[in-house]
Amino acid sequence: MAIIERPAPGTTVPALIPAAPAITPTRTFGALRRPVATKGWKSWLFTVDHKKLGLMYGATALFFFIVGGLEAVLIRFQLAAPEGKVLNADLYNQMFTMHATTMVFLFVMPMAAGFANYFIPLQIGARDVAFPRINAFGFWCLLAGGIVVNLSWFLGGAADGGWFMYAPNSGPVFSPSNGVDFWAFGLQIAGIASLTGAINLIVTVLNMRAPGMTLMKMPIFTWMMTVVQFLLLFAVPVITVALFLLSFQRSFGAQFFDVAAGADPLLWQHLFWIFGHPEVYILVLPSFGIISEVLPVFSRKPLFGYPFVVFSGAAIGFVGWGVWAHHMFASGLGPVSVAVFSLATMAIAVPTGVKIINWTLTMWGGKLVFTTAMKFAVGLIVLFTIGGLSGVTHSVAPSDTQQTDTYYIVAHFHYVLFGGAIFGLFSGFYYWWPKMFGKLLNEQLGSWNFWLMVIGMNMTFGPMHILGLQGQPRRMYQWTEARAGEGFFNLAFWNLVASIGSVILTLGILLFLINIVVTARSKVRAPLDPWNARSLEWMTSNPPKEHNFDSIPHVHHLDEFFHRKYEEDSATHTMREVATAEQVLAELERNADEHIHMPSPSYWPLVLAVGLPVVSLGVIYSIPVAIVGGVIILYAMYGWALEPSVAAESDFDEPSSNGHNGHAVGTSHG
Amino acid sequence: MATMVTQWELPMAETATHDTHATSTGLSNVKLGMWLFLGSECLLFGGLISTYMLYRGRVSDGPTPEQIYDIPFTSVSSFVLLMSSLTMVLAVAAAHKRDDRGTNLWLTITALLGATFVGGQVYEFTAFYNEGLGFTTSLFGSSFYTLTGFHGVHVTVGIIMLLAMVAINKRSRVPGSKSETVEMIGLYWHFVDIVWIIIFTLVYLIPV
Amino acid sequence: MTTQTAPDTHHNEVEHSEAEHGMSTRGYITIALILAAITALEVSTYYVDFGPLFLPSLLIMMVIKFIMVVSYFMHLKFDNKLFSWLFYTGLILAIGVYAAALSTFHFFLR
Repeated sequence: MAIIERPAPGTTVPALIPAAPAITPTRTFGALRRPVATKGWKSWLFTVDHKKLGLMYGATALFFFIVGGLEAVLIRFQLAAPEGKVLNADLYNQMFTMHATTMVFLFVMPMAAGFANYFIPLQIGARDVAFPRINAFGFWCLLAGGIVVNLSWFLGGAADGGWFMYAPNSGPVFSPSNGVDFWAFGLQIAGIASLTGAINLIVTVLNMRAPGMTLMKMPIFTWMMTVVQFLLLFAVPVITVALFLLSFQRSFGAQFFDVAAGADPLLWQHLFWIFGHPEVYILVLPSFGIISEVLPVFSRKPLFGYPFVVFSGAAIGFVGWGVWAHHMFASGLGPVSVAVFSLATMAIAVPTGVKIINWTLTMWGGKLVFTTAMKFAVGLIVLFTIGGLSGVTHSVAPSDTQQTDTYYIVAHFHYVLFGGAIFGLFSGFYYWWPKMFGKLLNEQLGSWNFWLMVIGMNMTFGPMHILGLQGQPRRMYQWTEARAGEGFFNLAFWNLVASIGSVILTLGILLFLINIVVTARSKVRAPLDPWNARSLEWMTSNPPKEHNFDSIPHVHHLDEFFHRKYEEDSATHTMREVATAEQVLAELERNADEHIHMPSPSYWPLVLAVGLPVVSLGVIYSIPVAIVGGVIILYAMYGWALEPSVAAESDFDEPSSNGHNGHAVGTSHG
Repeated sequence: MATMVTQWELPMAETATHDTHATSTGLSNVKLGMWLFLGSECLLFGGLISTYMLYRGRVSDGPTPEQIYDIPFTSVSSFVLLMSSLTMVLAVAAAHKRDDRGTNLWLTITALLGATFVGGQVYEFTAFYNEGLGFTTSLFGSSFYTLTGFHGVHVTVGIIMLLAMVAINKRSRVPGSKSETVEMIGLYWHFVDIVWIIIFTLVYLIPV
Repeated sequence: MTTQTAPDTHHNEVEHSEAEHGMSTRGYITIALILAAITALEVSTYYVDFGPLFLPSLLIMMVIKFIMVVSYFMHLKFDNKLFSWLFYTGLILAIGVYAAALSTFHFFLR
């Protein structure tokens, strides 16, 4: 937004860059004047700043985490005792469908997107992403999608077909409420967020790296997120097709999954899982990236085998495309298909194993510092390995046939997704909180947070292995005493343990929320480099300035920040500190760029995103409303296309004091 | 440093300013973004085409593809779309030569050819409907209209982009300042054309 | 276009646009004529019996047309290889997953 004027080197440097931007609102070609607020809610609503958008992604995701968590607790309350009465069958169906949908699409994905938005530009030494307005549009799409999916709770009931919404259960006959329609449209809109985000972040990583930052010098989190963006780029259109087919069937009477008309309902399963299995890696690779940053920092060692971690990540992304049918072993695919997909699934365990070995060897011989971030990272390694091993048992098709649709599957993917994805995200919260907010999360509360989550998670999901192997089907809304069995493996005992575990888990997460409040109220500022970190994002102030870096650093090493602080002592071959973080930062500030142009805020991303839910509601309830939505979308695109992404020369006030009137860069387009 | 900035304003496209406009790969942001988008679109149309291929023989008691396809008619409209790729590429060439008159002329002709194609599709849909193939008649009907309809919507979006480009060009005072935007619209337009090359063969020419 | 060269990029750009895109108007028209000819041949399969060559010839002609438009009209042949990588990755992935999915329905055995 605006030009940030900095005095020439040598003149007195003011402590802070003046907050008031040198910008006056003028009429752009479009219909609205350019937004100029830099404070208050308007500065958030119309922002294109990747850091603000990252925080908005995070806040939205955290909200939906709480919603999805409460849904999970209700499910466990229902199953705590035989013939549970907390939910009726219909509501139970909606609850487990929306729990999974919320956690997958509205918590883990946007939380990872939030981290990516915030930290990829910082880690590669850029001032923003390649397409800032599209970035803002992506966030608003996610929020709109989340609202549409959840709106169904208040308009006749939520989706109730399970998160993979198998046909023909998803058809109007078996799911007569509008829930599935809202679900399909909501995910469609959230998919736009993922697709635009993927294109944006890939271009950012490819094109906006600081000088000297080759691909193999990029921080590992950026690498893993790049793999994720490629998975999204190619997986999202597949679910888009599936959702369109579903919507056309439900809204316009198409027959795609109508068995009576001769359809193959397995078509849905294929389309869903061609998307769905890459999706699994979309969920877990960001966390792999996070802990690959956290482990070296708190082991005081570089990441063991950086290229192996990079290439195994890429290999997971690639092989992840060839295993989708292992979700369908019990659907009668035929022996050849089953054998092929079974083998591919066993193969994908290899690159994952490579990563676990790398993490372990990173810690080997290191000076381990068990901060909360580190605890969550180690927790991930252990819990994900358990989930990975139960996953290997699924790749064996005959064994999988026994386990399909039992609680054993539920146990497996919660170890992988809770123990893997969510523990990694929590590691990221504790690691990056001081960077984002300038304050350290309370470590003592953090420790309680971690241990309650570990105990709660193992108590909740551990017994589900037993429940599943004893034959308790998933998605069954009640179990009966008569069929619970006896002895050590009876269902009653382990269901109760799992439900108690879910309460402990909830307490753990509650402590995290309390920790946020406590930290927000605390007056203690975090030191500049609290963890003695290694990568470029820590070479900024806490929180970073609007333009991130005063001068764009030239990169010479992997772990550039570490190598600016430490040099190898040639005599003893040990690393010795040559500069403090403050000195490194002061160096950047001394060479500050004179003119920094940041992209200008814009109304259009928000206006465009508002049009999408209007269209969805219109298709569900009344076509004229959809036309109104279409008009909003066209209007927004028109305004967007005609608005220059950087405010024109005349849109800025003349910089006053220091006589630098020539705007050297970016505005001579005439 | 006097940097000349060609400012491209594709609908949706934009760029963050940098100290220097050099990018790490030396490639333009929008062009990279556009190719990524087109790569992604392959998976979208692939899904729709596969759905059609799976269902094309399932006609219930409605008409079969052989009964209703009018190959001579579709051949002509396919040819029209193919030739619009030629006029599009001439528009891009003119834009790179900073010849705004030529650019606008070729863009307009491309839009007209595209509109002819969409018009032909509307005629075809109407004719098929009158011959008894509705959207809900059979799996063949549902998947045929969905696939070709999606393609038709892509062409229509392309036409809107072409005409908007002509309007923007007419107002811009610097000749050729939008050449990269024209090139991006060109990439999109050619992609829509190659999708039709596949549809024409797989859907129309190869019988069930 | 990325122009980070000298101040007077105006001249440069006109000159290197041909070099960069490697095709003249005449070249484009030639390509279009070849495409038109192949299309005519494709349509002729509807009237003339090609026997066992019917399916393979149609598929080969489709692929040739596809590659010609992508290489020449979309400039992939002359452009940076990264663009080709990105696009063909998507294309090959699409062919791979959808062909595999269709084959589980025994589509290719019918």
